[in-house]
Amino acid sequence: MHEAGEVNIPFGPQHPALKEPESFLISLRGEKITAMSVRLGYNHRGIEKACEERTYTQDLYLVERICGICSHSHSTCFVQAVEEIVGIELPARAKYIRTLIGELERIHSHLLWLGVAGHEIGFDTLLMYTWRDREVVMDLLAKLTGNRVNYGINSIGGVRRDISPAQKEETLRAMDLLQERTKYYISLAKDETTLIKRLSGVGVLSNEDAKRLGAVGPTGRASGLKRDVRKDDPYAAYAELDFKVVTSNECDVYGRTLVRLGELMQSYSMVRQVIEKIPDGPIAVKVPRKIPAGEAVSRYEAPRGEDFHYVRSNGTEKPDRVKVRAPTLANIQVVSKMLENRYLADMPIVVAAIDPCFSCTDRLIAVYDSGKKAKNTLVWESLRIKGIKWYKKQGVDFAPLNKKLTQLL
Amino acid sequence: MRRPGKISKQIIQSLFKKPATINYPAIRSGMPEGFRGKLKFHPEKCIGCKLCMRDCPSGAIEIRQIGEKQFEARIDLGKCIYCGQCVDSCLKKALEITAEFELARLTPDELKVIFNAQTKDNSSK
Amino acid sequence: MLKALFHILIFPGFLFLFIFGLVAEYVDRKLYARFQNRVGPPWFQPLADFIKLATKEEIIPEEADAAVFKLIPLCALTATITAMLYIPVWSATAVFHFNGDIIVVLYLLTIPTLCYFLGGWYSRSVYSMIGAIRSLTQLFAYEVPFFLCILAPALLADTWSISEMVVFYNKHLGYWFCNLLGFAVAIISLLGKLEKVPFDIPEAETEIVAGPFTEYGGRFLAFLKMTLNIEMVVGASLLAAVFLPFGLNLKPAALFVFYLIQVFFIIALISFLRTIFARLRLDQMINFCWKYLAPLAFLQVLINLILKIMLPR
Repeated sequence: MHEAGEVNIPFGPQHPALKEPESFLISLRGEKITAMSVRLGYNHRGIEKACEERTYTQDLYLVERICGICSHSHSTCFVQAVEEIVGIELPARAKYIRTLIGELERIHSHLLWLGVAGHEIGFDTLLMYTWRDREVVMDLLAKLTGNRVNYGINSIGGVRRDISPAQKEETLRAMDLLQERTKYYISLAKDETTLIKRLSGVGVLSNEDAKRLGAVGPTGRASGLKRDVRKDDPYAAYAELDFKVVTSNECDVYGRTLVRLGELMQSYSMVRQVIEKIPDGPIAVKVPRKIPAGEAVSRYEAPRGEDFHYVRSNGTEKPDRVKVRAPTLANIQVVSKMLENRYLADMPIVVAAIDPCFSCTDRLIAVYDSGKKAKNTLVWESLRIKGIKWYKKQGVDFAPLNKKLTQLL
Repeated sequence: MRRPGKISKQIIQSLFKKPATINYPAIRSGMPEGFRGKLKFHPEKCIGCKLCMRDCPSGAIEIRQIGEKQFEARIDLGKCIYCGQCVDSCLKKALEITAEFELARLTPDELKVIFNAQTKDNSSK
Repeated sequence: MLKALFHILIFPGFLFLFIFGLVAEYVDRKLYARFQNRVGPPWFQPLADFIKLATKEEIIPEEADAAVFKLIPLCALTATITAMLYIPVWSATAVFHFNGDIIVVLYLLTIPTLCYFLGGWYSRSVYSMIGAIRSLTQLFAYEVPFFLCILAPALLADTWSISEMVVFYNKHLGYWFCNLLGFAVAIISLLGKLEKVPFDIPEAETEIVAGPFTEYGGRFLAFLKMTLNIEMVVGASLLAAVFLPFGLNLKPAALFVFYLIQVFFIIALISFLRTIFARLRLDQMINFCWKYLAPLAFLQVLINLILKIMLPR
């Protein structure tokens, strides 16, 4: 303890509240938070670099595994960018199937979030109930696509699997069951006193702050921002579906809960519309292995917000550059703002309320030279040489190994 | 109407319902058909074009020639991501996906499975 | 002398409480699981947990005060076991009883909370220090309603001994209805004492890892968990003796079974309350306790005082 009763407590990278590693350093006075700093990068796996060394077909599966919960979002966003470079038009049935899987993924993600939010405030019963209902969606997805997460349903030029009439029946039945359960959770969110006490007034983000800091997804929509990529910039089959963008004026975690519950109800209606309107036809078109040179940008409304992919091709089988900007990167900056002058007990639920997915977030390394107070981005070679020099100062010499490696390459 | 303990009715009802969890591994519910599990290779159909090797995202499958027009497939179950791209890429439908998913083994060597082009399937278990 | 040792070590002392604590933990966890539509642990799970913890390595942090660190679990355990000796189990009178033992039992039940505070404070880790402070702050919230509610029936019975209180309520069976309000408030305050949801703020897993118990492991954690279980049993026994109709002039064996049923009923109530609430924040809890629980407890005392004057002896 130093500085007249102020404690610095590390929240992460390992902490029971965080599902993925992330470092927050909080300064506390008693129970009140006085300052907070965020540090990202614990889940960096070098995916953007790995994409450049694999063909487009292999990249489909790699990009899908950026995140377990929004896997279809990343895969579809990537494939849409590639299809835009090639300039093909998808068959309508493929668009509808992609929309169906996307909405089922949104249902799965929001039910998961409800459970996690319940767990963070100590309400384990809500966790058990929502995750039991989530099993309905996961079994359905296993029947439709072949896997419970990381569906692998996309291929460049369409989808890989078709949907049979029996599966359509099952989907409709599952939607009926889930709609009834979600109505119960909405009534619970409106009536349960302890839940409302823990969730309202916590993590307040005003409309102006949300616009200024660039909050996306349900985090922004709960502060009154009416932004949804499905309405603003429709892709796949969303232009032909009828749905509302759910916003709330509560501006706190309670508002985010209500927004996500509202989105669940909208998703059920959208899935029903897709099953009704899906046209017959082929499910994929053939695309050559070598993608012509060009670049494209595509956006997708992942369950957490706006997902953004940039792909540049140079006429070969492998992409030249792939860049991913996940929604959590846009939302992480609002956490510090939301926790000003709040209690330590609010910390887990506020972090959970932006629905963090740190696996999506950690993409880029910027090297900050604290000696010269300058930032610069390094390429692969210079980063290796810098690393070798740094270790030499610590007494470990990698120079002979480096020579061997350059001889091999 | 705001009141604490609204969930009590559901809780009492749950006491008399069957539990939603099952006692695995005593009771196995299995996976639906069409689930992407372990690969199966039909050596008699393979022509050795190696398209599956080109398209595999993790380099898990290796096709080797062991005789005149006879090929064997070596699959590393540890590297395989069970995406099924090789099944789609194969021109002769020599690869097939089964729903077997309980593939844990105690050593990494046991995970390397070989499908031979002999009359008996020589897959090590 | 031998009889006293038997009472302290075997029944209703250490061995009986140890086994009863394990059974009570099993009942609590199984009910909690069934309420949540899950299967729940098998019957030997608490014993397996205890044996596993007892065989693991203990790590004492370098900055922690080793003597206090090691003593605290034993102090807490001893206090709760001692409290059990004054609570009637198989007959209307307890093993030891004297006028004023209800106050002694209440103080003995406060000692574990102080021990958790000291253990957390002397562990010198940030999480345990915050947990320790929360534990003590929570003490100020639930202690007053709890004390008042336990003392209210004693006022009506005109005695400060639990055993004589039980004898009094056996003679005038209708009187225990007057204490129902106190029973409700006492159960909620007991949730605070046992640090269960909605009052499990000192041990909030998602905020401060494990609160005062963060640095404990191995044998010490086994003893601490045993203390928590035994505290639940002793608290439930105290409530059963004070509020529920006890004794009814039955033979010792039948009375013992009746006592078991009552304790399990209170434990089931605790499990039920644990399932339906979310965890409150510390300031919200103090607000709630002083705004609602304390006035209700005062009301119960007032009711009992008025009844004492009005009713025939």
